[in-house]
Amino acid sequence: MNSNKRKSGDWEKRTRQKTVSLAVWTALWVLSTALVAFGHVLFWGSDDLINVLVILLNFSIGIGMIIANIKHLREMDEMVQKIHLEAMGVSLGLAVVGGISYSMLDATNVIPFDAKIAGVVALIGISYFISLVINLRRYK
Amino acid sequence: MKNRLKVLRAERDWTQADLANALDVSRQTVNAIENGKYDPSLPLAFKIAKLFEKQIEEIFDEEE
Repeated sequence: MNSNKRKSGDWEKRTRQKTVSLAVWTALWVLSTALVAFGHVLFWGSDDLINVLVILLNFSIGIGMIIANIKHLREMDEMVQKIHLEAMGVSLGLAVVGGISYSMLDATNVIPFDAKIAGVVALIGISYFISLVINLRRYK
Repeated sequence: MKNRLKVLRAERDWTQADLANALDVSRQTVNAIENGKYDPSLPLAFKIAKLFEKQIEEIFDEEE
């Protein structure tokens, strides 16, 4: 068994490293998003050049976060990948269907406020999390 | 799909974590395979068979 342990190497360690990397990229992206959202209000005002540069920075970090997420997914084992794939399917489906319904509620003036993208982002996050928990329990 | 993974592992006195480490998968995956909740892919089934030095059909049974 010990020789097998040596051969199989450090799958857990690699997975942990990818998870930490994803967490760092996500934290950076959230911080850069906050900078885009509040920077022009608190610091540099309506300077278009700075706004564009900060948005480009935010976008670039976002690309880094996506790549880190792909690497993180590839490091998972096949069952965990399947669980995440199913959760992604549910959240993507809900984002499209729920997002269109939400938009229609706004277009038909059923809701007294504008439909905002943040609502769809929250729906994606919550549905992904719930789906993940349900799937993890299913394979337990 | 039924399998003899738990028995083979017990015969060698390995923990689920030991087996997971040898197969490069999580302990949860080993647990799910042992309990018949998850059927491994063909590459993983071959890896399991190679590890236990057995044929795939000696470990996995297609009968429910």
